[in-house]
This record gives sequence, C-alpha cells and structure tokens, in this order.
Amino acid sequence: MPEVALEARGLHCGYDGRLVLSGVDLALAHGEFAGLIGPNGSGKTTLVRALAGRLPAQSGEVLLDGAPMAAMARREVARRLAVVPQISTPPFEFTVREVVAMGRTPHLGRLQAERAEDREAVARALALTDVAALANRPVTELSGGEYQRVVIARALTQEAPVMLLDEPVSHLDIGHQVEILELLVRLNRDEGRTILAVSHDLNLAARYCDRLIALEQGRVVASGAPEEIITDALIERLYDCAVLIDAGPTGRPRVTLLGGDAR
Amino acid sequence: MVGVVLLAALAVTAALSLSLGAADLSPHAAALSVLSRVPGLGGLEPGLSSAQQTIVFELRLPRLALALLVGGALAIAGVVMQAFFQNPMAAPSIIGVSAGASLGATVAVVSGVSIGVAGLGAVPPAAFVGALLATGIVYVLSRRGGGTPVGVLLLTGIAMGSLLSAAAALVLVTGQDPTRRDLDQVVYWMLGSVAGRTWGHVLLLLLYAGVAGALTMLFARELNVLSLGDDTAHYLGLNVEQVRLTVLALASLLTAAAVAVSGVIGFVGLIVPHLMRIVAGPDHRVLIPAAGVAGGVLLAMADVLARLIAAPAEVPVGIITSLLGAPFFLYLLHRRREYGM
Repeated sequence: MPEVALEARGLHCGYDGRLVLSGVDLALAHGEFAGLIGPNGSGKTTLVRALAGRLPAQSGEVLLDGAPMAAMARREVARRLAVVPQISTPPFEFTVREVVAMGRTPHLGRLQAERAEDREAVARALALTDVAALANRPVTELSGGEYQRVVIARALTQEAPVMLLDEPVSHLDIGHQVEILELLVRLNRDEGRTILAVSHDLNLAARYCDRLIALEQGRVVASGAPEEIITDALIERLYDCAVLIDAGPTGRPRVTLLGGDAR
Repeated sequence: MVGVVLLAALAVTAALSLSLGAADLSPHAAALSVLSRVPGLGGLEPGLSSAQQTIVFELRLPRLALALLVGGALAIAGVVMQAFFQNPMAAPSIIGVSAGASLGATVAVVSGVSIGVAGLGAVPPAAFVGALLATGIVYVLSRRGGGTPVGVLLLTGIAMGSLLSAAAALVLVTGQDPTRRDLDQVVYWMLGSVAGRTWGHVLLLLLYAGVAGALTMLFARELNVLSLGDDTAHYLGLNVEQVRLTVLALASLLTAAAVAVSGVIGFVGLIVPHLMRIVAGPDHRVLIPAAGVAGGVLLAMADVLARLIAAPAEVPVGIITSLLGAPFFLYLLHRRREYGM
C-alpha cells in the first residue's frame, strides 16, 4: 500500500468560473490526524468537496491510495473515503437509525438486504456517537448538535479508512465536542484511520491534531506540527486578529483572542 | 400491517367500484361474477343477466383497473419527484409535469397519428417527451445553489403548468373539426377522467406504468440516499447525475402513461406520498409499493364518487381529486415553518 492515503496535486477548483482553490498541494499519510484551518472564504469546504471528488478539478488531480480518484467507481471511493459534510437537516422524516444505516450503501448491492455485519456496524456507530437513545426518533426533530452526531455516525458505518470532516463539532456543546474529538483520536490511534478535519476552533485543532494545514486564498500556506503553525505571526496574518499564544496546560499551544484593537 | 390495511381497502374499493353506478348491482354479485371467470372457480353462480355481465366486464372492470393503475402511477411519480427535488411539495400536477405530458399527448391525438394498441400507440411516447421537457425546464429554472427551495419550485411549476395547460387546451380546441367543436371533450381531458376507457387503454397503461413502476423499485435505495441531498448521496457512493437522470425519466414516464389514458388528474401525486410517509415511513423500499396501492385506491374511490355525486350524470374524476387535494395542499403549505423563498 502506498504511504500516502489521499493526495492533491496542483489542484485548481471553483464554481461557475470563479476559482476557489488555486494550486493546492497536500498529502495525507496513512494513519495521520490532520486539521485544516484558515479564515472564512479561504477554500476549506471547497477543498473537502474537491478531495472527495464532488467538485471536478479544473486542473491538477486527487489521488486516493495513489490512484486518480476521478477514474475510480463512486462506490469504490465511498468504501475507502467517508465524508462528514456541514450539516443541513433533510426534508423527510427518516429515523436516526435509517439515516445512519444509509452509510452502508456502498457496501450493499442493489437488492441486497442488510446483513448482520451491516446491522452491527450501525449499532456500533450509534453507540460511539452517543445517539443510540435517539435511534427511533425522526431526524427532523433533532437539535443541530444531535443531527451532527448522526451524520458522524453515518460516516462511521461506511467503515472507510480515510475520513474527511467539515467542521464536525461546530454545533456541539463542549462536552460533545470533546467526546467526538476523542472518538476521532481513538479511531485514528486504535484503528489507524486517516483523518482530515476542518476546524474554526484553533485550540481544539491544536489540542487533537498531529498536524495542522493552513489554507489562505485557495492555497496551502503552511503545514506542520501545531507548535509550528499556531504562532502569533501566522494566526494574525490568517485571521487579521490579534492573539496571545502560550503553552496551555495540555502542552499544546493555546490561543487567547485579544481583539482587533490590541495591535 | 400497513400492507394488510391497504389490501383490505383495495378489496372494498373494488367491490364498490364494480357495483355502484347508473345500474346498481350488489357488491356480492359483482364480485362473484368477476371471481367466476377465474380459472378453477367456474362453478360460482353470480346470478347476473348477460347485460349486467357486460356492464361488469366491459365497462366497470376496465374502468376500475384503469383507475387503480393511473392512481398508482401518479402516486409513485409523486414519491419519486419529491425525492428528486428533495422537496415534499413536489408532485406531477403541481409542478407542471402533468401539463407537459398533457401537451405532448394532445399534440399526438390531434395530429392523428394512430398506431398500436387502441389506436393510442403514439400518445404515451409524446406525453413522455412533454413530461420530461417540463420537468427538466422546471428543475433548471428553480435550482438555487444546490437545492430547489419550495417557493421557487412551486412558483416556477405553477407558471409552467399554466403555460403548458393553456397550450394543450389550444391544441385540443383548434385541432377539432371547426364545424362541430366539442368543448366537453376538452373539459374532460383538462380535468381528467377514467370514464369510457377500454381494455386496450388498460393494457397500454399496464405496459408502461408496470415497467416504470418495477424499475422505480430497483432504485428505492438510491432514492433514500438522494433525498438526503446531492453531496451526501455522492459521498455515499452514488453517481448522482446518472441516478437523477434515471429517476427523472421514470417519474416522467409514470406521469406520461397516466396522462395519456386519463388526462390531467390533479393532487393524487401529492396527497398519497404524504399520507404514506406518515403511515409507512419515508423508506422508499416500503413507500413505493404502499403509495402505488394507496394511489390506486384513492383514485378508484374518487371515481366512485364521480359517478354518484351528480347521478345520473358523471363528473370528471379530476374534480373530485382536486376538491380533496387542494385543501390538503393548502394545509401543508400553512403547516410549513419556512417557505424557502
């Protein structure tokens, strides 16, 4: 197996002629837990969609396990790569269990009924994301945080070695934020899953990720260990906001906002 | 459980539909007379005269079969369109698809091309083209950044529906012999009716709607995933554009087949998917067959009412479905918290 799980080479992508990604080079090693940071409009969500093959590359390419993703069958990609998109509640009253079970779609044939292993994957994902108690509730009745965990559970049932998550904890209270991030750490450490998570919370990103990748105006401008990326100079440049950075009690960098006037 | 209730409703509807009308027969005798033709049950003695037998077999049975098939096809088309648009207010008659099929069908009827079964061979393909074009245009015009907001979809559909209905009416009126224009025929077409149809119509519809309905079942899992949104469907391994085109074609085919034999019957494709989602759930593997049966039952019952409400005259069954469906539609609109304009 090649060392690189997912790779973007010279990736240019956009919508309706407007270029959002202008030459992204990025490689995720197998077993890596990386965080993607950057200001609004820097192209984080677009990059996630492009890495998942949802947006066609205008030039450059995405490689999954060393092979061009654009030439792979969709089902095959979905067995190897799961995505947690930013959430929007569906218009139909599927139950939590039904939505989570749809994660098995790439593993099931057209008329194939769910097998024991499929039901086990669903039960496990429901338990890991703390939504088992909601299993029979319609998703239309859930809070944003509850539905976010359901979407993560659905991605888990895909049992894909690579996971991309677009702001997976943005709607969660701090208790569930830590719970989900520690779940991702366990999946990464114990099962060797490769994870790339977009985050606006620099402290959480620094706390849980092995590596941070900074995106600015559609390009990767920095990549490295949290200590190398979470620096006054880079964070102030990226977000145009004064910060104080010190070592937090966890040993990882800690960001304190000082506000725009403090410069 | 839902299946048992639906099948019971189907049996009751069939008995009522065969026995009620201008010539009242007992449901018992009507049912016996049908069963007596089933191979192996020849010993049953329904006690009907040969005129009554003719009423049952040449008038009411094809009419019942046609109502069941048209209602089922429209309901399944509604289910598919709601998943396609990721919008529970979509339905063939509401977003102009039935009107598109109607225009295609009227052009074929008036131009006098007559091939195949019941001289109707050219009508369903023409209706199919009209339905497909109407759906495609409404889809393109109402798409806003990866979704179809309810308000935009409904307004676009209403405008398209008005345009295409007017065009169909114009074709029907101007296409008739100018010395004896028959507006009744136009009214019956525009409001939809299953009266006066033959076994030929039934066979034609069975062919088209049966094939399209069976194919739709094959896409049940994809429809589930598609109703979570295009991005999610893609991430779960669907080839979204390909699936979208396929189910769009199937919904258009179901609508077109129904419209080709019965004109434009409104609201069945809206009411039935909604009610069946409540009783059978949104999983398309169950929803599609449930809606197929319930749509048939609803339309056959509406047809019984259409025969009785102004007896001895009949009203087009589309009047009944609109009388039931339009208030239901208003209720659904009222209940929505946001309109997505």
